[in-house]
Amino acid sequence: MFSHLLSSLSDGLVLGFVYGLAAMGLSLIWGVMAVINLAHGPVIALGMFTTYLLFYQAGLNPYLAIVVVAALGLLFGLVMYGAAVHRVIDAPHLSSLLSTFAVNMIIIGIGTAVFTTSPRNIDFAIGTLNLGPITIPLTRLVAALGAVLMTVFLYSFLYLTRPGKAIRAVANNREAAELMGIPSSAILALSFGLGTMLAATAGAFISTFFPFTILSGFPYELKSFVICVLGGLGHPLGALVGGLILGGLEGLVPIFMPVSWVPVVEFSLFVLVLLVRPTGLFGAK
Amino acid sequence: MRNLLRLGYLLPVVLILIWGLVVIIHGEDTLREKTFTLLMFVGMASSLNILLGYTGYVSFGHIVFFGLGGYFGFYLLAQHDWSLIPASLAGGAMSAVIAGLLGVAVLRLRGAYFALATIGINEAARAFVTNFGPFGGATGLYVNFSVYEAYGGASQALWSTFTCLWITALATIIASALVKGSRFGLGLMAIREDEDAAMVMGVKAPQAKTLAFMISAFFPGLIGTLYFFKNGNVEPGDAFHLHMSIELLVMVMLGGQGTVFGPMLGAVTYEGLRGYLLTSPLFKSLHLAVSGLFLLIIVLFVPAGVVGWIRHRLPITRRLLE
Amino acid sequence: MTLLQVQGITKRFGGLQALSEVSFTLAEGEILGLIGPNGAGKTTLFNVLNGVFPPDKGRVIFRGEDITGLPPYEVARKGIARAYQVVRPLNDLTVRENVMVGGCFGRGCLSLGRAAQEAEGVLALVGLLDRADQLAGSLNVAQKKRLELARALGSHPYLLLLDEVLAGLNPSEITAMLDTIQQIRASGITILMIEHVMQAVMTVSDRVIVLDYGEVIAEGLPQEVVNNPQVIEAYLGDPKMAERLLQG
Repeated sequence: MFSHLLSSLSDGLVLGFVYGLAAMGLSLIWGVMAVINLAHGPVIALGMFTTYLLFYQAGLNPYLAIVVVAALGLLFGLVMYGAAVHRVIDAPHLSSLLSTFAVNMIIIGIGTAVFTTSPRNIDFAIGTLNLGPITIPLTRLVAALGAVLMTVFLYSFLYLTRPGKAIRAVANNREAAELMGIPSSAILALSFGLGTMLAATAGAFISTFFPFTILSGFPYELKSFVICVLGGLGHPLGALVGGLILGGLEGLVPIFMPVSWVPVVEFSLFVLVLLVRPTGLFGAK
Repeated sequence: MRNLLRLGYLLPVVLILIWGLVVIIHGEDTLREKTFTLLMFVGMASSLNILLGYTGYVSFGHIVFFGLGGYFGFYLLAQHDWSLIPASLAGGAMSAVIAGLLGVAVLRLRGAYFALATIGINEAARAFVTNFGPFGGATGLYVNFSVYEAYGGASQALWSTFTCLWITALATIIASALVKGSRFGLGLMAIREDEDAAMVMGVKAPQAKTLAFMISAFFPGLIGTLYFFKNGNVEPGDAFHLHMSIELLVMVMLGGQGTVFGPMLGAVTYEGLRGYLLTSPLFKSLHLAVSGLFLLIIVLFVPAGVVGWIRHRLPITRRLLE
Repeated sequence: MTLLQVQGITKRFGGLQALSEVSFTLAEGEILGLIGPNGAGKTTLFNVLNGVFPPDKGRVIFRGEDITGLPPYEVARKGIARAYQVVRPLNDLTVRENVMVGGCFGRGCLSLGRAAQEAEGVLALVGLLDRADQLAGSLNVAQKKRLELARALGSHPYLLLLDEVLAGLNPSEITAMLDTIQQIRASGITILMIEHVMQAVMTVSDRVIVLDYGEVIAEGLPQEVVNNPQVIEAYLGDPKMAERLLQG
């Protein structure tokens, strides 16, 4: 029983890091510009497929591919911001929700036409780690480490570089930041790009150990909502913690009830946290 | 009541009335099926508009009331031999009650937080129903073919269901017009514009919002029961389709939120466009992408929707399009 | 006759003492000016009076009834209306509909038809009748200020709370607005007004209360208050205001 619990929990926690990485992208965008990116799932899926193509078409090692995915993810976000988000940034919430959803439809539509919806997987294994009762595929462990590295990278960027500080200033008070000479449009675009970069990277990591289709991003999008609310919308580090909580839940809940109850628990918790502490479990304000 | 006689409110009612009559008199099955889908979306979008357009709360979970109410009504039909009309009314009532209970809690949230909560509610409901024994769990429920005997055979049953749906769509539009033209509706619109200021002016916002939520939830429950009865079965995937929920938002926005005519126009246009794209050899495989592009253009450049745009450009139409 | 009694109202926000032991009374038909440096707690006091948030301590007695802690919509129905400092018209509704909201949900609790009729009178009073069917969002600032007033009046209040209705207006608009305020009082409505335009508040008010750091530091006829050394001192922290005060 105990060893079963340990292995289930460690499985969940390791995945939790990757969930957290995906959610961080959503959280960053929300925190800076109060936009919920409904194209988040498809961007995750794009990360998966880009890795897939680089692996099979260009013969690139998946971990090298992830670097390319990150760059493309950033670029995609910049373009998407300019095309779909900038015009509605000050409009009521419904507008940005629908414009990002439109991008979702476009990606899924083209993706379905190009890749169909039959599952793909990247045939790539680098062994497993055995620690007593715990067995973890190394691909997942690397993904968890990657998530931590990306978090460190994000925080160093936000706190140590000029553009990062500008992002924080804009998130805090866009008008005041503009008065101080910060080009807010460029900063918003950059934040959006960083958000999609994180999402695409998470997709790339996931593709190294789970099969996927163009629709596979959607469950992660839903999980990201839950995680962001648990960790506090707009707090990237909270997202990582929220991811661990969610991963832990997914590891623990199946021990006590059928696995199909996991989403019931997750989403009930989600609504409950929204109602009781809309700033998240660790939210400051 | 006097308000209902305004031209702008009469137009959509009369259109739906004639449309359904034509289909019934024509008596052809494929036209009926097509119209069923369209009227269903007219009812769903118009009911969503009562919350979204008049009260200003963006719900991504409108479909949850279609699912839960539909499941409940279908359960009564399939397991307790209720007949269609009482079962669908019970489905609607169930949705309204659930909305009432949820509303007290959820409507305290504003803006995007409310939108997120409605997504959570829909997903929680879907996951719960998937595990809920009396509703058939993941496989759902179905009716025996023999049930249709009570309605004079399967074909007759389908026509009866259509008639019920048509009347429901009419009732939704009438309810939408009644709300908009009433003192209650004025209060809702005051909440939409500025909830805090509305309260200071005496609008009982918590009660008004909850009531609007309940009204907007009643019709989907009814429509859900009718839809699942027509299909003969219900399963969690069909009942809580988040994508469809978002499409309803698209319809309302496309036609013009906050108007009586807009959601109806948006529903018919969106469904019509989708039907065209799905059958066109050129766009068939890209239909979703083309719809997405179309939506993006509407959101970016015509945010008031078709009706809002026309009203703004041609003030003379204001009496006709409300 | 006393319309409003404010007794020992205290309100804290975290470490900030926004109001402490504020007490005063307001007689029916009076115009009472509420002045004080920025951050003195004037708007907070309004928020407590119309129920936006409850006080930590103290009571608000309106027409002999304790209304402390009632939600804003109940307070509105008792007959207290408010015009905001930052105008908040319902932009996508017409001017007439804006006023009707007041009529329908305020003290009158009118039907739509009655509210529409009465809106005409109110709009005539504030001089917006010719714009009744325009969207409120399309008005200019001065007109929006008047709409704000009309909306409050539409509810047939006993007491009108005016939060800097003169701010942002030019001198001739101020004179016109003061006329309107006098007319409103003549129609039997009691007025409590926050104002920074000192000269105006001194001419129009019967009595003035001065708040500083959440406390009432002076109360009396306009002339008495202006010469009160404590008041001058309070305003010295704000040289511009002090100058304006001395001019007034």
